[in-house]
Amino acid sequence: MHDLAPLHALGGAEARIDTVAGVTLTENMGLALASVSARKGQETACRAHLGELLEGSAPEPGKTVLHDPEASFWMAPDQWMVGAPFGTHEDLAAQLKARFCETASITEQTDAWVCFDMRGDGIEAVMQLCANIDIERMQTGDAVRTVIHYMGVYVLRRDPANWLRILGSRSSAGSLHHALVTAMKAAL
Amino acid sequence: MIINHPILGPRDSSEFVYLGDATLLKRPDWQAEDAAEQFYDYLHTRDNPAGLHRELWYHEQGDRSWLVVTRDTVTHEITKVELARDVARTGGSA
Repeated sequence: MHDLAPLHALGGAEARIDTVAGVTLTENMGLALASVSARKGQETACRAHLGELLEGSAPEPGKTVLHDPEASFWMAPDQWMVGAPFGTHEDLAAQLKARFCETASITEQTDAWVCFDMRGDGIEAVMQLCANIDIERMQTGDAVRTVIHYMGVYVLRRDPANWLRILGSRSSAGSLHHALVTAMKAAL
Repeated sequence: MIINHPILGPRDSSEFVYLGDATLLKRPDWQAEDAAEQFYDYLHTRDNPAGLHRELWYHEQGDRSWLVVTRDTVTHEITKVELARDVARTGGSA
């Protein structure tokens, strides 16, 4: 039998943590992800299922709903990403499919993304170097898709507000990590 | 140039990719008797107005929605921005 060890997106066995002047960038491997796309004609029903899951309503454009265990952010008209702790929700896509049934197409996303948490005072200065977004005006709960070094990413502002979650494509994890750490060193 | 996205608000045009004339939304019926002629027009013939032009833009670095942007080709003034899916569903594609 093979004895295979899971690797993190950056290739290590442990999560990579970088600290520059009080801002910490942590590779977060504890996140299960699945996307929800409402099927044509089922938008209202899909939105209702998502609201029920989040014990509120589906995220509005440019917003997240920070809820436990499942949280969600808006990606596009009638499309959302849902995240949850990997430990309890490794089969998140299957769980969502059982809930949404024919109202939505659910796609497993966990292995497609690398997740970085950037925390500390000074994250605004870092993001101003990285991306063409108005980070000063982003509040807790805001989500935006933008570009860092030509790589498409989602930037989510979490609670407390000195915490950003950055989701980029896993295949570019090393390049994104390099971009973020370089910006941290330059800005802080 | 700023494009006023109907959902996300003002966004820099560098986030978008230009596709072309919004008449592309109106794909001809392939079963029509003159389908070949219609597809020739659909693929190759374009108006080239000096003035208002309806065109498709893709928000590649944003929410990846297709937009129909009404732009003045002389001044680059943008007078209207709609979601292409709304335009297509209401049939007013060109």
